Amino acid sequence: MSAANSATSGASKPASTREKPANKAEAVADWADGRLGIYSLAKANLRKIFPDHWSFMLGEICLYTFIIIILTGVYLTLFFNPSMGEVVYHGSYAPLNGIRMSEAYASTMDISFDVRGGLLIRQIHHWAAIVFVAAMLVHMMRVFFTGAFRKPREVNWIFGFLLLFLGMFDGFMGYSLPDDLLSGTGIRFMEGAILAVPLVGTYLQFFLFGGEFPGTDIIPRFFTIHILLIPGVMVGLLVAHLILVFYHKHTQWAGPGKTEKNVVGMPLMPVYMAKAGGFFFLVFGIISAMAAIATVNPIWAYGPYRPDQVSTDAQPDWYMGFSEGLIRIMPGWEIRAWGHTLNMGVFVPLMIFPLVLAVIAIYPFIESWVSGDKREHHILDRPRNAPVRTGLGAAWISLYLVLLIGGGNDLIATHLHLSINDITYFVRVGFFVVPVITFVITKRWCLGLQRRDRDKVLHGRETGVIKRLPHGEFVEVHAQLPQDKLHKLTAHDQPLPMELPAEVDENGVAAKTGILTKTRAKLSHGFYGEGSQIAKPTAEEHHEITSGHGHH
Amino acid sequence: MSHDMSEDKLPESHGSAGQHEVATHGDPFADPGLPAHEPRRTDIDERAAKRAERQVSLMFVVSMLATVGFIASYVAIDADKIVYIFPLGHVSALNFALGLTLGVALFCIGAGAVHWARTLMSDHELPAERHPIEADDEVRADVIEQFKTGAAESGFGRRKMIRNTLIGSMALVPLSGVVLLRDLGPLPEKKLQHTGWDLATPEHPLPLVNMNTNKPMKAEDIVVGSLTFAKPEGLEEDDETFQQQIAKDALMLVRIAPENIKDKDSAELGFEGILAYSKICTHVGCPISLYEQQTHHALCPCHQSTFDLADGARVIFGPAGHPLPQLKITTNEEGFLVATGDFAEPVGPSFWERS
Repeated sequence: MSAANSATSGASKPASTREKPANKAEAVADWADGRLGIYSLAKANLRKIFPDHWSFMLGEICLYTFIIIILTGVYLTLFFNPSMGEVVYHGSYAPLNGIRMSEAYASTMDISFDVRGGLLIRQIHHWAAIVFVAAMLVHMMRVFFTGAFRKPREVNWIFGFLLLFLGMFDGFMGYSLPDDLLSGTGIRFMEGAILAVPLVGTYLQFFLFGGEFPGTDIIPRFFTIHILLIPGVMVGLLVAHLILVFYHKHTQWAGPGKTEKNVVGMPLMPVYMAKAGGFFFLVFGIISAMAAIATVNPIWAYGPYRPDQVSTDAQPDWYMGFSEGLIRIMPGWEIRAWGHTLNMGVFVPLMIFPLVLAVIAIYPFIESWVSGDKREHHILDRPRNAPVRTGLGAAWISLYLVLLIGGGNDLIATHLHLSINDITYFVRVGFFVVPVITFVITKRWCLGLQRRDRDKVLHGRETGVIKRLPHGEFVEVHAQLPQDKLHKLTAHDQPLPMELPAEVDENGVAAKTGILTKTRAKLSHGFYGEGSQIAKPTAEEHHEITSGHGHH
Repeated sequence: MSHDMSEDKLPESHGSAGQHEVATHGDPFADPGLPAHEPRRTDIDERAAKRAERQVSLMFVVSMLATVGFIASYVAIDADKIVYIFPLGHVSALNFALGLTLGVALFCIGAGAVHWARTLMSDHELPAERHPIEADDEVRADVIEQFKTGAAESGFGRRKMIRNTLIGSMALVPLSGVVLLRDLGPLPEKKLQHTGWDLATPEHPLPLVNMNTNKPMKAEDIVVGSLTFAKPEGLEEDDETFQQQIAKDALMLVRIAPENIKDKDSAELGFEGILAYSKICTHVGCPISLYEQQTHHALCPCHQSTFDLADGARVIFGPAGHPLPQLKITTNEEGFLVATGDFAEPVGPSFWERS
């Protein structure tokens, strides 16, 4: 068509209708726009508004540590040799001189002692991984406790969860690569766990290790999975996660001028480019300093792996600690029948491990089913205003911490001079009891805070000014909250619990109520019933109290 | 699902305070709207702004100096130089210098940028509108119509034979990928059922070799209360399969006064109170290495499974599911400790095929 047009217009040169660019930079941008459409992309995003709150930077820490891990990881691959071929060490570290070890271990020794700056990069890589998983967990808790996972963000919650899950496993594989005595013990544990799988366990183990443990395949295979497969999937998930954050626009706290229909904050360019971009350097700088002053994973102190040797205080990196706890507290039940063995002592923890993670992953779907809420939510909940959710989240964290204690029972025993058996028994009971207690306390705590909010709205804040009344009584003067505070404290929803339909309908015919409906109604009462929230003050109540009848 | 429930209690029907309500005059909780911008000191005082500018630049300059310091450290400091730094102790000088200079160089860029944003860039809060993620009904109807047209034009639903064969071929083709994984490793067969000790027979017993001295042992070398690690004769560190072998063959020898051995079958398998147990934990395969000679308990340092070596290595605590296998030992004519056969059961963690 355009060819036909230009043919008819004849003499004039085929040219763009666009104005001449004002300078070189505009000319470059015009060139790129003609090919990539960057102006339309930038129109929506260059001055995109982001709200400000300290808790919103937790996700940034995850992103930045991930970038640091990739940068330092690429550097490490230049020197690391992922091979289990045996060599005799003759490097700079004298205590291991003449010791047999795998090339993986030897090359990690070289990175640590002979490559200048190699130790620094190795330690930045490891510290960043530790911070990465920690930041993902804390970021997930932020999203959980503020209800930011609600519609339309459930899918992004799942993406984030998968990133956490993959991040944990990639960390495990990463610290296994040096083939040192500590991490080799971790791989041995993994072998035992795989063997515990009924029916196919032995086959899985032989296929994964290329034969009997340890074989010579596991380090090269872990290497490929650690540097290519899992990071590849994670990059994809990460990009999707960020696209959705931009697309949904960020959640915000309730406050004056903030609604479900807007987002209030400052523009990406320049404020968040500087703040978020600067934050990357802050995170990188702090992790570099950590790598300078605190040694992480001193493989030279552990020595190379040998299946018949072990060190005491064998601990995985912290994020694997809760699975370690599961494995340590499980009683050694073993079922032997019909010529087969089912190793419950390992298999049960192996099944509970993903279950602990899965309950938190599917929570958004459970809550939206119980509440029946189909609206979009962009205003965050204060944790106190969702007592059951907050209680459940706290219970989950307490379970996680109890298992961490179980995983570190040997360290706790030696450092606090306690009996390791007592700690283990405590954790066995605590596994069931502590989450329940935590739930009850947290929920009541939330309700208490709700009462305080109600009090503040109706009676104002305590000023600290004591007044003596004519008849001698002392009272504290309360001051009304300003309107923005009043609005903020009353902006939340208070859902009502679902009612079961009448047992008989208007025609006197018995209505069938399914078990699912009944469960849902019960849960709904648990979540939003009388005992689960304090009615927020109404305008009438406020009016009645503030219109003054000698109220102080 | 929810049609049988009273919908009027659902949140949709009673609205939300956050959902853009028009502020009524009598409502004390109404949204007062965005507060007015409060200027910062740097907004109104040009000297304060200048000072902030100098602070930001200073941080960028410090960063430059730190990078120079990084390069200087890289060139000047030997990789094997160790220095004492309080309170860290003895650390690699190069690692310490590189890490701190890099840390300062990076941190100061970040601190400068954040300080710049906080003091000098506009801090006016701006509202941006949100639009529902859901498409409106018109778009929705249009897309569904388009999809239906596309589906009808393909004939996917109508031409069942094409549909079914396509599904069949798509379901089968990944099988090639699965088949290709077959050569990842050999089949288990009976490999986990026996160890390197199966070379031993009553006619050709296999001597036990001390792991530390690499020499065969006599019964009198093992004193009561001691713990000794052993391997089969002929297994050497430089063997190609040493790691696989030692993962199954490793032994721990203890000597317990015969009257203290509670399990008589276990005493039978030993020699004058010397008992040879597999060193590999039956939980997940860690080598057991902590022995308490007074109680005869052996503790696995990984998951704290505890075995009573005086009682047939019975599990008395922890997650292990069964006792440590015991190797039958005796002495040969020269008086060296020997094994006359393999363990009676597989060593290490249990697995499905273990009977």
